[in-house]
Amino acid sequence: MLQVENIHTFYGLSHILFDVSLTVSEREIVCLLGRNGAGKSTTLRSVMGMTAPRRGNIAYKGSNITGIKPYRAVRLGIGYVPDDRRVFADLSVDENLEISERVPKGGVRHWDRKRVYDFFPALQYIMSRKAGLLSGGEQQMLTIARALMTNPEFLLLDEPTEGLAPMVVRMLETQISGLRDTGLTVLLAEQNQKVALGLSDRGYIIDNGAIRYHGPIDELKANEEIRKKYLLV
Amino acid sequence: MTANITWAAFSQQILVGLSKTTILFIVSSGLSLVLGVLRIPNVFHGSLYMIGAFIAYSAAMVLGGSPLGFWVALVVAPLGVALISLIVERGLFCRLYEREHLMLLLFTFAFMLVFGDLVKLVWGSDYRSLSAPPILQGYFSIFGLPFPRYNAFLLLIGPLVAFGLWFLTNKTKIGKISRAAAVDREMVGAVGINVSWVFAAVFIIGCFLAGLGGALVAPTQNITQGMDHAIIIEAFLIVIIGGLGNIWGALLGALIFGLTDSIGILVWPQFAIVFPYIAVVVVLMFRPQGLLKSVW
Ligand SMILES: Nc1ncnc2c1ncn2[C@@H]1O[C@H](COP(=O)(O)OP(=O)(O)OP(=O)(O)O)[C@@H](O)[C@H]1O
Ligand SMILES: [Mg+2]
Repeated sequence: MLQVENIHTFYGLSHILFDVSLTVSEREIVCLLGRNGAGKSTTLRSVMGMTAPRRGNIAYKGSNITGIKPYRAVRLGIGYVPDDRRVFADLSVDENLEISERVPKGGVRHWDRKRVYDFFPALQYIMSRKAGLLSGGEQQMLTIARALMTNPEFLLLDEPTEGLAPMVVRMLETQISGLRDTGLTVLLAEQNQKVALGLSDRGYIIDNGAIRYHGPIDELKANEEIRKKYLLV
Repeated sequence: MTANITWAAFSQQILVGLSKTTILFIVSSGLSLVLGVLRIPNVFHGSLYMIGAFIAYSAAMVLGGSPLGFWVALVVAPLGVALISLIVERGLFCRLYEREHLMLLLFTFAFMLVFGDLVKLVWGSDYRSLSAPPILQGYFSIFGLPFPRYNAFLLLIGPLVAFGLWFLTNKTKIGKISRAAAVDREMVGAVGINVSWVFAAVFIIGCFLAGLGGALVAPTQNITQGMDHAIIIEAFLIVIIGGLGNIWGALLGALIFGLTDSIGILVWPQFAIVFPYIAVVVVLMFRPQGLLKSVW
């Protein structure tokens, strides 16, 4: 579904991604593991077109989307959950969902506000509260809910469990695997190995902007050496 | 002079101040909207106000001074200004949003000079004037003192515009999107919204308000070169004391500006002009960030 081929991404003069390639097939959950500053967010931002790669290619469902405008990526069916919980702080929870609502070209309307509230009942109780006043966990739910409102077929999830209490993490895990059952394909950037290994079908490890490893999740689970080398244990 | 008359004069002067506030509010809320959402400190906002006044004059002239002229002008002037702003936005500014604020400031400053010359070319440098329609001419009596009907009309328009802006920003989708874009435009794009069109719409609405202010002020003063400079300074000060990008801040700032101005006229006419500026300084001494929450 998604093919990233040999991309090089820069922030100004600093070269961040070196020849990164990865693929995600339909209905897979693939994780991208790496330490702080490894280049996970930059990879997702490259796919979204928020920081366009300077070299290399990105294809989505067979068409070239390298350097696409983010809003166009969304309209092709790519949903994005940012890393730092960028809710629209001045808007209420419900307004956050309202302005995000859309159906991509050729997509189906699976998610509307009612459905999203059924999926995240906690959000329903606080629907008129300003998003900026929500707790970390609530904001994280909202960023996922907001991305769902764009009715994506493919979801980029950037560290959804970062900084959350273990109980909230477990709840989000359940919900993310619930998303898989709706037919969603996911590329998940994570530092939290437990979450990533538990959810994913395949995994990539990125370090210093280059992919160091990829393979099925069971292989990665078994390969303690590589995890020790590139990830925090 | 009895205390009673002074009180009446005071009240009347407050009403006059409030009607001046209306114009200041309309103009500075447009400036604040553009500043808050697009992050453009639009120096030529004042030029659009002046152009609005001149278009209003010309529209009324075309109709040969019929009583209908003013009402047509009141519609045509803001729409004409909106059209100009559409051209400027799509033609140039939509390409510049990623630039630094200083660049944007300089660009809009350049446009102020260009618009100033254009107005001179089109309308010449003579004074023009536009009279209010008969129904809004003359006075009626309040507190035993004459109160101009036109000012009363302005007092009706002010709340209408405030309500319109409240409705726009809180109840319409484009308003909600623009509140989101004011804080995080990249993320607005990342939920599938083409921010560029939202910005265009907000810019046009903001400029429309400048044009409306110009049309409304036209019957109360001479329409001249230099109107642009006077208003833009006041509008920026109002936006600054109100809180950048906050429309209610613009209302509060305009109230402070308009009321101190009219009270100044009452208590010390020769120096009335400095009163609003003193108020600005006082506000900034205590709340340098502005009275209400800034979106910057
Ligand atoms: N806007 C930016 N400008 C310059 N450098 C940046 C910018 N954003 C990130 N970087 C740098 O790019 C590198 C990769 O950052 P990135 O955010 O992709 O890492 P990450 O794997 O997502 O890390 P984390 O787990 O902390 O989120 C880091 O060295 C970071 O300092
Ligand atoms: Mg990151």
